[in-house]
Amino acid sequence: MSALDLARWQFGLTTVFHFLFVPLTIGMVILVALMQTAWYRTNNEKYLKLTKFFGKIFLINFAMGVVTGIVQEFQFGMNWSEYSRFVGDIFGAPLAMEGLIAFFFESTFIGLWIFGWKRLSKRIHLATIWMTVVGVLLSAYFILAANAFMQHPVGYSIDHASGRPKLTDIGAVLTNVIALNQFPHTVTASIMFAGAVMVSISAYHLKRSQFVTEMRSSLRMGLWTLLVGLFGTLLSGDSLGIAMVNTQPMKMAAAEALYNTSAPASFSLFSWGTPDGSSEIFSIRIPNLLSFLSTHTWTGKVEGLNDLQAQYVAHYGPGNYMPIIWLTYWAFRWMIGLGALSGLVAVVGLWLTRKGKLNLPKWTWTTAIWAAPLPVLAISVGWLFTEMGRQPWIVFGLFKTSDAVSPNVSAFDVWVSLISFVAIYGALAVVEFKLLKKTAKLGPVAEEEPIEDDKLAVAY
Amino acid sequence: MQLNEIWFLIVGVLFIGYFILDGFDFGVGIALPFLGKDDTDRRVLINAIGPVWDMNETWVLVAGASLFAAFPDWYASLFAGFYLPLLLILLALIARGVSFEYRGKGETARWRKTFDNMIFIGSVVPALLWGVAFANIVQGVPLDAKHNYTGDLFTLLNPYGLLGGLVTLSLFFTYGLVFISLKTDGDIRGRARALATKVGVVTVVLAATFLLWTLFAHFTVFGLVLTLLAAVALVAALWFNLKGREGISFSLLVFTIATAVGALFTALFPKVLPSTVDPANNSLTIANASSSEYTLTVMTWVVVIALPLVLTYQGWTYWVFKKRVTRDSIPAGSH
Repeated sequence: MSALDLARWQFGLTTVFHFLFVPLTIGMVILVALMQTAWYRTNNEKYLKLTKFFGKIFLINFAMGVVTGIVQEFQFGMNWSEYSRFVGDIFGAPLAMEGLIAFFFESTFIGLWIFGWKRLSKRIHLATIWMTVVGVLLSAYFILAANAFMQHPVGYSIDHASGRPKLTDIGAVLTNVIALNQFPHTVTASIMFAGAVMVSISAYHLKRSQFVTEMRSSLRMGLWTLLVGLFGTLLSGDSLGIAMVNTQPMKMAAAEALYNTSAPASFSLFSWGTPDGSSEIFSIRIPNLLSFLSTHTWTGKVEGLNDLQAQYVAHYGPGNYMPIIWLTYWAFRWMIGLGALSGLVAVVGLWLTRKGKLNLPKWTWTTAIWAAPLPVLAISVGWLFTEMGRQPWIVFGLFKTSDAVSPNVSAFDVWVSLISFVAIYGALAVVEFKLLKKTAKLGPVAEEEPIEDDKLAVAY
Repeated sequence: MQLNEIWFLIVGVLFIGYFILDGFDFGVGIALPFLGKDDTDRRVLINAIGPVWDMNETWVLVAGASLFAAFPDWYASLFAGFYLPLLLILLALIARGVSFEYRGKGETARWRKTFDNMIFIGSVVPALLWGVAFANIVQGVPLDAKHNYTGDLFTLLNPYGLLGGLVTLSLFFTYGLVFISLKTDGDIRGRARALATKVGVVTVVLAATFLLWTLFAHFTVFGLVLTLLAAVALVAALWFNLKGREGISFSLLVFTIATAVGALFTALFPKVLPSTVDPANNSLTIANASSSEYTLTVMTWVVVIALPLVLTYQGWTYWVFKKRVTRDSIPAGSH
């Protein structure tokens, strides 16, 4: 494999791995903050226990998000130095803002929250978790704004001397239509994941009739979170889809394996194309649905892959401008399917446990336990779709992925780093999962805390 | 002052901030096998940095991202060029970070031992390699006309680079030991102080050699002043450590790190990554590596507004956790 292919594999693997933990961080910090607020307001011990219990789950996961995040920032320069040179004038700014404004904020306040149970007043301590929420959300926004520039570059002009884009309008970069839509989509999907994890853990204990007082509350809270997250994801996904059709029509055409421009366009449930990806052999379709999703009218025109390819060749010169069709097509469907499935868990779960009913058949609990990974799988394939659907571009319309790789980093170097990351990430994944499982199974047990007030809460 | 000069200063300040803050975390990690006689001792050491190491480490992310935003070509040439050392730093930081989190979560002594070892290695490697990296930045590396690094790993392992690595390793070790004597009490406080004196003497010899070498290679009056200040502060820090005045000693070491790293950046200026091949044309400077005026203006506003806030709430955090960590503060049965 070439250094380029290896660098792409490394970026893909490390990013997907990083983003297994980030959504749980985003979603869970909000839920923990809400539970602690409930405790602050009601003084009900139940909520304190839940806060500490899910706080532990949150922290085990948070550490992984932090350490794998450093790799992401270093990787742009290490493996993608030509990319870094090309977009540095624009792309670096939101990254630096993320660091200066968001990372400092969240890393400081999370430390205060972990170690501040005894040192801070109840009120200030509650404020620290909400500050962490603010930091986490700001961080998500800045990184999505940076990513949005790659999807839909705005706020720049091309510098004639260097041929590189120069930032002309930071406001435009930070209010990129893709960032504005991607942010609620990412956050609500993350909330779904946190909800699903909460449901899963609660179901485990309720199946065994233990910690019923606490777990009954967290089950309902998790189910409602999942449902609210689902609605948010659907709404934001819909408007993100429209924004995507307007800015990257090729991606939407690839998501649909729509080869020829159609008005009205049908939505395909299943499609099989020729091996070279240039045309369709067989498909099952829902009439007019794609027109509606893409234009919000039942008969709107949706551009097809072949026409877009011809347009791009005329505009950008000869080359293949189609992403890998089967991958984008199926990733898009799995994203929706997995998300919908976890939404179904929420609806059925809320119905079954209505009016506090808890004596349910075993299989319902088992299903709830195993439904936890559905949202995060949906998130992963969703990102695969977004990033693979942009190919061959690294910055849409401006710069190709094949030109972006570091020219002086050898395939050997990338092999070394790729193998190192796979090995260490693999080991960490095993330890992480074991710890999460152990902590979750232990349940919200009362902690043996030191009696003296000034003793440190041992959080690690 | 030009914007790119201001940003050279800001990047310098951010790296100084990183070394001042994560420097003692590294030192504590390195001290773990030397001072941690039993599990309670090791828990004391880790709790001394527990609430702050994460926010300290964040400084490197911010310094790196600011480098990217303000000097994209510097960031690109440096990170792709120093590929394998940076990979090692990354792996070390990952190992260290998760170990703080995981070591107390297992039941067996072997589990804790494994993570204690990872904390040690995860602290030694960056403490050494950051010095190697910065020494090589100052000394210059082979760059081609497009500013791409043309050397390999062994190009970086030259005498000056390795000496730079040993300086940061010993300096951070000393610094961490003084931090421990400042943040703990009882037996371990005394042992940390005694070890700081021994390691400190080695540090003085290494640092003096390195700073003089740097000064001869890149003489400026300002550089001379900073070098002298760093040297005096380091020796005075050891003196006050010997007298049991940990607070003064620690402050002087902060000053040593600031002035020593400042001297390195002074030696570098106005270049940011000198080339040893065709230096006049291939070197990266604050002029040819920087972002546009507009980007630098935007980022200047962000720093001017954000940094004072950051320093305020991080300072407050240190104030909240100002108490010394002692063996009594570790609940029995916890790890």
